[in-house]
Amino acid sequence: MNLDIKQNHFTLFGLPEGFRLPLEELDRAYRKLAAEVHPDRFTHAPENERRLSMQWAMHVNEAYQTLKKPLKRAGYLLSLHGIDPAIETNTSMPHDFLIEQMEWRESLEEANEGHDAAALAGLETKLHAEMQALYAVAEGQLDAQHDYPAAAGTFRKLMFLDKLGEEIHYAITELDD
Amino acid sequence: MALLQISEPGEAPEPHQQRLAIGIDLGTTNSLVAAVRNSIAVVLEDGEGRALLPSVVRYLPDGTVEVGQAAQAMQAKDPKNTIASAKRFMGRGLKDAHAENTSYDFIDAPGMLQLRTVAGPKSPVEVAAEILKLLRRRAELSLFGAGGGELHGAVVTVPAYFDDAQRQATKDAARIAGINVLRLLNEPTAAAIAYGLDNAAEGIYAVYDLGGGTFDLSILKLTKGVFEVMSTSGDAALGGDDFDHRLMCWVVDQARLAPLSAMDMRLLLGKSRVAKEQLTTQEAVQISAKLASGEIVNVKLTRQVFQDMTQHLVAKTLSPTKKALRDAALKIEDVKGVVMVGGATRMPHVQAAVGEFFRQAPLNNLDPDKVVALGAAIQANALAGNRAAGDDWLLLDVIPLSLGLEMMGGLAEKIIPRNSTIPVARAQEFTTFKDGQTALAVHVVQGERELVSDCRSLARFELRGIPPMAAGAARIRVSFQVDADGLLAVSARELSSGVEAAVTVKPSYGLAEEDITRMLRDSFDHAKDDVFTRALREQQVEGQRLLAATHSALAGDSGLLSDEESTAISNEVRELEQVLTLSDHRRIKSQIDRVSQATAEFAARRMNRSVKNALAGKQIANI
Repeated sequence: MNLDIKQNHFTLFGLPEGFRLPLEELDRAYRKLAAEVHPDRFTHAPENERRLSMQWAMHVNEAYQTLKKPLKRAGYLLSLHGIDPAIETNTSMPHDFLIEQMEWRESLEEANEGHDAAALAGLETKLHAEMQALYAVAEGQLDAQHDYPAAAGTFRKLMFLDKLGEEIHYAITELDD
Repeated sequence: MALLQISEPGEAPEPHQQRLAIGIDLGTTNSLVAAVRNSIAVVLEDGEGRALLPSVVRYLPDGTVEVGQAAQAMQAKDPKNTIASAKRFMGRGLKDAHAENTSYDFIDAPGMLQLRTVAGPKSPVEVAAEILKLLRRRAELSLFGAGGGELHGAVVTVPAYFDDAQRQATKDAARIAGINVLRLLNEPTAAAIAYGLDNAAEGIYAVYDLGGGTFDLSILKLTKGVFEVMSTSGDAALGGDDFDHRLMCWVVDQARLAPLSAMDMRLLLGKSRVAKEQLTTQEAVQISAKLASGEIVNVKLTRQVFQDMTQHLVAKTLSPTKKALRDAALKIEDVKGVVMVGGATRMPHVQAAVGEFFRQAPLNNLDPDKVVALGAAIQANALAGNRAAGDDWLLLDVIPLSLGLEMMGGLAEKIIPRNSTIPVARAQEFTTFKDGQTALAVHVVQGERELVSDCRSLARFELRGIPPMAAGAARIRVSFQVDADGLLAVSARELSSGVEAAVTVKPSYGLAEEDITRMLRDSFDHAKDDVFTRALREQQVEGQRLLAATHSALAGDSGLLSDEESTAISNEVRELEQVLTLSDHRRIKSQIDRVSQATAEFAARRMNRSVKNALAGKQIANI
């Protein structure tokens, strides 16, 4: 079917391509498009239009989530420049980064075993700051220097940290329950 | 785009042309039906002016069924055949029900549990269908009078925290009740619509919904007519029922009673519920009952004692509340208002706990028993195409629990994370584990835990006929699709051979299609409405719909078509017009397929254009 969904997500929302993104404009454009294609607008349309609406709504939702979350946005930009960001294996990470990772993990385990909510919250804050700093690096590499291989390296680091963030989030939730 | 007639200003159909649609709140303890009449949502009452229908169904030996107040009155006398709170068993297995301490005879069968009654085994879905049928009749009588008429459809609400099996069971119940489900709507979201449209609210709101048997907490962002659910959390087995049960146990303890019979248990449970409700306005109540043995129970209960014994239940609502806030990455001070929903929120200690947690007085300006049904009616009216001018609000809801697959070692791999906006589609590729492996078992689960055994099993199916390859060489793509009702469809395909999993999905706790067909057949009281006439009517409706949409698309957008394309469509349309005069649902169906095929490209072009136009509008507005 000729779904016009092959187009670039940035074009879809009428936004300039880049890591730095006017998020409020993205929200506005998303709400506008979602209102246009949402299945609620097609409940009494014929079956083929209902299906089309669902496919479009799924696509608009996916595109929005991709651009809204900085990690996904960075990955998407890399893929637009022919770099497969999904490569998780066979990538050697810098030695000091890996050491740091081990330290993070140890702190997380310690906080988990001690059921230490304050320590978990502290880890979350520290991780957030570290990720913000790396996003700033990624922005420079993607938008200013257009150095995509370097950006891919930053991206992989961010993937590690994001995974860690999920685990911290999970640990905090478990502790609450 | 022709379809936009529903939202264009001043284009609402004349009242006599309006499609009448209803909103149904299928509650654990009470159910309601509402509709929009003269632009105002109202709850529809029965002949005696009662809005709330107790969700109680009694099966009699002669096969007749009593629903509502009549059934409720017989609970203590006929406890095994009088089913209350069936919603708690929807899409649930026997294992889940054991903890519930009820007086029913459950039947041990794989999948969804069944209840043994004097009228035979009943699935909770059939019990719910009886309630829905009665509400449908009430609505038809109220909207059309004795002359009758046809309902366009209904929005049926479900707890936001319901999993896929529970949602599917609810939709099946509506189908068996002969209701065209326009949408399954989350209860807190329905309440937010009623509240938000009523108060022109903007900003971040929490909806705290403590019903008879379920608890939901949803966080919504309201922006210029868009209701965006940011996160939802809850407990699908926590509600006012649990307060009644706790109180009953206390009474048994106080009066030093021997273990109760099913009848005495239901009697005391009823008394406990009444006492709980009275304590909302009174400081103390007397609980008196005469047991089957002649023994008299008479205990005094103060509000303070009741609150102390149930405070742990109130506290239990706060951890999902925290989780929802954290998932939405919000702090308590970001929340502008807390809307209270569900009869159980009337309890003063619930109000106090919520007020203390959010550091603000909760909002109680809409009747907590009715607000969900009213919101559902408003949504039903909009979905039926009766939007008034400027009435183009939009709802963006989420799935409450992550969806995933079982991996090697019994670990769950999440494919769609919780709180994803629906509809949503995701696909993931997997590979084979052994050389020459030709089949792959797919086990779909829902939940947040890492181990499959801690998640809820939704369905299992097998992908067969994978060409023999070395381990790890096959590429199997498993696709998840969640529609706007929050219902999941899964398919799998081996990419190098194109083998598609055609095996029917075995729902772990759902009904098989043949069960539903049997229940449908059982539910038709008279020959007037049989399976065949229904199939014909469905095809006629779809055919008329397609005709109307295609005619108006051709009238407005023929510029998007070449002359040949336009002629091809017109020919198929003419054929459909002819076939629709016949009473042959198969021929209508096949011609509908032909018209759909002929117009697929046209529909896609029109959709592409409307997407482009939407954004063009935005850019102009921004300048």
